[in-house]
Amino acid sequence: MNSSARQAFAWRSGSLAVVAAAILGWREIVAFKLVSPVFLPAPDRAFAALWHGLAASDLGEKLAGTIEHMLGGWLIASIVGIALGALIGSSAGVRSYVAPSLEFLRPLPASAVIPVAIAIFGYSSAMALGVIGFGAVWPMLLATMHGFGAVEPRLKEVARALGLSRFETAIKISLPSATPDILAGLRLGLTVALILAVVCEMIAGLDGLGQWVLLAARAYRSADLFAGVILLGAVGVCANAILSLIEARALRWRGR
Amino acid sequence: MTSWRGLALPAALLVLAEIGARAAGPSDTIAPPSAVAVALLAGLADGTLMEATRDTLASAFAGLAIGAAIGLSLGILFGSVRAIDRLMELGVELLRPIPSVAVIPIALVALGFGYRLEIAIVSFACLWPLLVLSRAAVIGVEPRLIEVARALRLGPLARVVKIVAPAALPRIFVAFRLAAGIALVVAVTVEIAVNPMGLGYGIMVAGQALRPDVMLAYLVWIGVVGFALNAALVFAQNRLFGHAARVAGPP
Repeated sequence: MNSSARQAFAWRSGSLAVVAAAILGWREIVAFKLVSPVFLPAPDRAFAALWHGLAASDLGEKLAGTIEHMLGGWLIASIVGIALGALIGSSAGVRSYVAPSLEFLRPLPASAVIPVAIAIFGYSSAMALGVIGFGAVWPMLLATMHGFGAVEPRLKEVARALGLSRFETAIKISLPSATPDILAGLRLGLTVALILAVVCEMIAGLDGLGQWVLLAARAYRSADLFAGVILLGAVGVCANAILSLIEARALRWRGR
Repeated sequence: MTSWRGLALPAALLVLAEIGARAAGPSDTIAPPSAVAVALLAGLADGTLMEATRDTLASAFAGLAIGAAIGLSLGILFGSVRAIDRLMELGVELLRPIPSVAVIPIALVALGFGYRLEIAIVSFACLWPLLVLSRAAVIGVEPRLIEVARALRLGPLARVVKIVAPAALPRIFVAFRLAAGIALVVAVTVEIAVNPMGLGYGIMVAGQALRPDVMLAYLVWIGVVGFALNAALVFAQNRLFGHAARVAGPP
């Protein structure tokens, strides 16, 4: 046990060394001007721009803007997706009416509704929330539908034997049984929400990292551009890590 | 019976939208379905839609091919050589969560507008699912098959080509199907965000020109293209692998 933990630590350090080597390689590539510094800033310049942007410029506000759009749209999508998914998933009758339409809408690129959302909401945060909500709802809707549809039939018999109402069955039997699916959907939805938040900010010029990186690119400020991309990667890593943590905690009962 | 039920909801919505849009009168934001259908047929007749579809699909498929090739090679490499896999772990964990659209400005500065920009971003986006899923598929290959390879004294290359790849193929195809869907989504997204070509640009221009009928016609057409692509890949998967793919991966 102890030796395997030590081994895992050694591999982890090795993998950290690979990343460090890659950053050193990046620095050397720039130092020898193998790639024009207009496209690729030196790593120390990118991190200096990140630090300066957070401390002295408005990069922090842009970060907050992106997180706000992402979480806002994701929350809307979660509520709608789980509620609709539970409704559709628990009734085979409703499913036969709705499922074919969903099958057609699902492969539709969510970004394609951006022009429609702009026509309806204008260049506003409401537009971003609408687009993110529409795009991020699919993973949650489909996962919840699947979770509610795949409840062990014997559990349903138990619910019937106990004389539970439809609502009670949904809350007490189907919801716990569908939780793993729903959590997986929530995680996927958050990834989609981040992507769409960035796209919306780019197109509509809303305050956020999407706008920041596009403006930096247009002005050929490559250090600021990379600072923004690094921050976006960090948002992605953190969002994923937090949801993994929630997932692990919420599903602890299944391990036993 | 079921197909009739599936059509009931869209038909009812279309009728409602038609009545609603006609009652509201002419509008710059929403058009009645009949006007959208007319715009769609007009776009198909004069070739603009087909041309835009060709541009979008060309970049999507080129990016898919490049990204899938890189992702697949890395996935097989990581899956079969444990040491490389563990050394690259952190690097992959740090790069993968970067949203593909965040790379748009970098590619824009380096490559300018056009096919290359779009192909580069689509490849970046398609690389990850193939890397992760083909790695998992290779690791998940039945250990007894690996023993067979060892008993036959196959070299590393022969082992990958003759044993690992065929065994992992159904799951890898599922990953490829997933990536093809991502390729179309990312291509359209890049066009909407910056790149002046293809279906995404077409729908943006129609929206800015206050032509809701053309805009919604593009939206419907993009939906049709996405649906057809997905249906074709599901069909190919069932024909090629039949039951194996359904058992191996998510539908």
